[in-house]
Amino acid sequence: DVKSGSYTVLQVVEALGSSLENPEPRTRERGIQLLSQVLLQCHSLLLEKEVVHLILFYENRLKDHHLVIPSVLRGLRALSLCVTLPPGLAVSVLKAIFQEVHVQSLPQVDRHTVYSIITNFMRTREEELKGLGADFTFGFIQVMDGEKDPRNLLVAFRIVHDLISRDYSLGPFVEELFEVTSCYFPIDFTPPPNDPHGIQRDDLILSLRAVLASTPRFAEFLLPLLIEKVDSEILSAKLDSLQTLNACCAVYGQKELKDFLPSLWASIRREVFQTASERVEAEGLAALHSLTACLSRSVLRADAEDLLDFFLSNILQDCRHHLCEPDMKLVWPSAKLLQAAAGASARACHHITSNVLPLLLEQFHKHSQSNQRRTILEMILGFLKLQQKWSSEDKGERPLSAFKDQLCSLVFTALTDPNTQLQLVGIRTLTVLGAQPDLLSPGDLELAVGHLYRLSFLEEDAQSCRVAALEASGTLATLYPAAFSSHLVPKLAEELCVGESDLAREDGSTKRSRHLHCLQALSAVSTHPSIVKETLPLLLQHLCQVNQGNVVAEPSEVIAVCQSLQRVAEKCQLDPESCWYFHQTAIPCLLALAVQASMPEKEHSIMRKVLLEDEVLAAMVSVIGTATTHLSPDLAAQSVACIVPLFLDGNISFLPENSFPCRFQPFQDGSSGQRRLVALLMAFVCSLPRNVEIPQLNQLMQELLELSCCQGCPFSSTAAAKCFAGLLNKHPAGQQLDEFLQLAVDKVEAGLGSGAHRSQAFTLLLWVTKALVLRYHPLSSCLTDRLMGLLSDSELGPKAADGFSLLMSDCTDVLTRAGHADVRIMFRQRFFTDNVPALVQGFHAAPQDVKPNYLKGLSHVLNRLPKPVLLPELPTLLSLLLEALSCPDCVVQLSTLSCLQPLLLEAPQVMSLHVDTLVTKFLNLSSSPSMAVRIAALQCMHALTRLPTPVLLPYKPQVIRALAKPLDDKKRLVRKEAVSARGEWFLLGSPGS
Amino acid sequence: PHLIRSINDPEHPLTLEELNVVEQVRVQVSDPESTVAVAFTPTIPHCSMATLIGLSIKVKLLRSLPQRFKMDVHITPGTHASEHAVNKQLADKERVAAALENTHLLEVVNQCLSARS
Repeated sequence: DVKSGSYTVLQVVEALGSSLENPEPRTRERGIQLLSQVLLQCHSLLLEKEVVHLILFYENRLKDHHLVIPSVLRGLRALSLCVTLPPGLAVSVLKAIFQEVHVQSLPQVDRHTVYSIITNFMRTREEELKGLGADFTFGFIQVMDGEKDPRNLLVAFRIVHDLISRDYSLGPFVEELFEVTSCYFPIDFTPPPNDPHGIQRDDLILSLRAVLASTPRFAEFLLPLLIEKVDSEILSAKLDSLQTLNACCAVYGQKELKDFLPSLWASIRREVFQTASERVEAEGLAALHSLTACLSRSVLRADAEDLLDFFLSNILQDCRHHLCEPDMKLVWPSAKLLQAAAGASARACHHITSNVLPLLLEQFHKHSQSNQRRTILEMILGFLKLQQKWSSEDKGERPLSAFKDQLCSLVFTALTDPNTQLQLVGIRTLTVLGAQPDLLSPGDLELAVGHLYRLSFLEEDAQSCRVAALEASGTLATLYPAAFSSHLVPKLAEELCVGESDLAREDGSTKRSRHLHCLQALSAVSTHPSIVKETLPLLLQHLCQVNQGNVVAEPSEVIAVCQSLQRVAEKCQLDPESCWYFHQTAIPCLLALAVQASMPEKEHSIMRKVLLEDEVLAAMVSVIGTATTHLSPDLAAQSVACIVPLFLDGNISFLPENSFPCRFQPFQDGSSGQRRLVALLMAFVCSLPRNVEIPQLNQLMQELLELSCCQGCPFSSTAAAKCFAGLLNKHPAGQQLDEFLQLAVDKVEAGLGSGAHRSQAFTLLLWVTKALVLRYHPLSSCLTDRLMGLLSDSELGPKAADGFSLLMSDCTDVLTRAGHADVRIMFRQRFFTDNVPALVQGFHAAPQDVKPNYLKGLSHVLNRLPKPVLLPELPTLLSLLLEALSCPDCVVQLSTLSCLQPLLLEAPQVMSLHVDTLVTKFLNLSSSPSMAVRIAALQCMHALTRLPTPVLLPYKPQVIRALAKPLDDKKRLVRKEAVSARGEWFLLGSPGS
Repeated sequence: PHLIRSINDPEHPLTLEELNVVEQVRVQVSDPESTVAVAFTPTIPHCSMATLIGLSIKVKLLRSLPQRFKMDVHITPGTHASEHAVNKQLADKERVAAALENTHLLEVVNQCLSARS
């Protein structure tokens, strides 16, 4: 009522009059409580005059009986929120509280009220409170001294932090303020189970750290405490201290640190050298890093000694000699310490590297064993990387140039060493050296490129080295395109030609692998536009030659060239100019080759047909897709104006080579070879940006539909269906889309009814459904129902079941996000919610012989679903999944196993209800004829060990006996899984596990 | 050979392979004859853990190899002070079985065989 204005506060006070003055403290308490509650509700409505009177009343009541105090404090809290509080009263309230109330003898809630009053005043009356000077700080110290409740501590820490950061006067009470907070360090608090307040240990740690590390004035007290705690035995204390030290370095300067540096260094060094835990080591290194950074920040006076130099010399002195013993335990900790310090500032880096590099260079030559050299080179690499970090900042100095020749010769020694590990480090070092601007001379580069060329042809056992060399070539080629153009590309071109004439001869296989490596090297260095201009023509020319040679080209070879082209295309995607260059050069060439190959010929050349094989076309599809997705819309429009007419009208004018014996008419009566090329059209039009208009779209869609139901060549009819679906997915909603859909539905229904075209019609249905499911089109549910109906079809049932896998998975060639398709994020979840109940129902209703189809469909859907979505539905679905395990179909088994495996890990409680069935079925499947099923079953056996041990123990002897058999499996991968599963079962319930 | 490389050393936070206690060249496997021979090299000649390391290797092999295999785990000749004594213990089936009845010993062995945390 006061809120609505019908009564004033004065009237309330008058009404309560008798109870506010009552001699019996309990009655008084009730009166004040009621008044305080009223005030809490309506503090914003109070007039200044009312506030003054109320404050005087409440201040007076603070002297009252202890029973009354809590209600008084609550009233004051309400009043502390008043905007109308006149100046001077805040100070007087606080003074009264500091004087009259012994805060720490109050209950937790009331202590919290006091903190709230202080916080409120600090927020609104900062100037007034500062007028109190150090008395305010002292008063607060007394208030919080002895606080034990974590909820209150969080508030109190916040207040202290504000005292310091807002520059309240601390006066002579710095040490007291430090004492009253630091006594909680390090925080040792475990929240009680089911804690409703949700305060975590980390909340307290962080807010206390914010206080301790907020001012350099605490340094003289805090640093000894931190050193003491780092030296303690408790892991969490060590970590907290190191992290706090780290935080302090952000505000400290030389002055604060000076006296403590030797002890700080000694503690950090000890922690890193005797590393008990990786976290302590990491925190120790981080603390050293910030210490060094802090020392580097301070401005030097001319006469002062340089603390940084002094500190770094100390570190060097303690670590140097360990670097000379690459076999000993302390070599890496020493290197890490030095690198942590060197990473802090350019000055520190210079100081340390100029000391350490000569030493390490000398040590490399002193030690002759490869693994010792590897350790040393790896350390050098670490320091070089740090140098890289700082070299961008000051351009003037080049501390590395003095060591350049030594470093290069050392790297080249490493690259020729027989030890692969050393070679690998050598390659990484070379990359880092190359990244230093203007360090390597043309001569060095030529040598380096020579080494990389040699390493690019290493054989199988040095696979990792070859891959690293290719990667290094790619990185360095962006920096030194000229060096790679003149020293590497010509050599690779030569290499590519050498093999061509005698590929089929006796040493064909080594030639082939050299070829393959050569192709990979060409694509690896295509990281710079100028290099692409050389490598792309080479690759295309090679592709033409492979097709024109007199020897039969293997499909694998053509595929290898395509894969190389594909990698080049990927590298070009980021640079619009290269992207267009690639598109404009490669695509007409590929199309010309393919069209050429599709022409009927008199003398049947087998080789020409290689280009038309499924896998080869698939490889070309991905090249074309990759070369198209990143095109800008206007360039893409140029390209689409050439390519669509090629397929629809046989317009071949834009192809580089266009004298063919007969017309190219893939959609009319063209040969089956020509029809297969629709896959290439699909790759192109389905990768275009969505806003690119496709000419003759109506005609194209109709032709595609027609072809999709053609008999005879599943490859081309599927390509046509996919192409149709890809275009449908991107087409904007509207009348034209509805027309296309109607055409498709009619075609599907006609086909499904006919008998001869059923399989093609089904494929079309599947792809159209997928296109619509992805974009949440309303018609998709209708088509999905149609698909589900086919599960009980005796002919198409199994295919329909597999179709669910396609619906739920990501395609690589069409309907991809990269290819600008309309793919909604949650389509799988939505599909699951919409269709799984119907699938389950269908399963129960279906006749026995088609039940497996439903199970298969279901397991496909569940398998692809994000596990968190599945978990809540698990109890209802689990019995079906278990039934699916007994289904004789390998695909169902595999799909179900891979669905169950993560569930075993994530929902062990639910799964443990079925442990008996699970154990039996998994063990049965572990002797399945299919290797993939055996592996998956053993992985499930392994995952079973995550179930609660008591549930498993009865099965342990049986399982261990049964798993002895797959230990002797003829496949290595199966044996590997059996070993790890059996090992885990042995450990179950055993001591020490 | 891949089976024992990841066994943890009882005294170090490293695996036996990282410590060069077991090396590829000192493992002989013959599948047709169903035999495995592993020679391991204790870190120092007086290593008190030699028996335990040998036992861990043996147990790991027992758990991981088909039953048809006969296994021989011994110390690389000349690398340990009490080489013969340890070898004898490891070759004695009953003593190995008895050792594994000992809860404390089994606990240490299992710790060595647990995957690294």
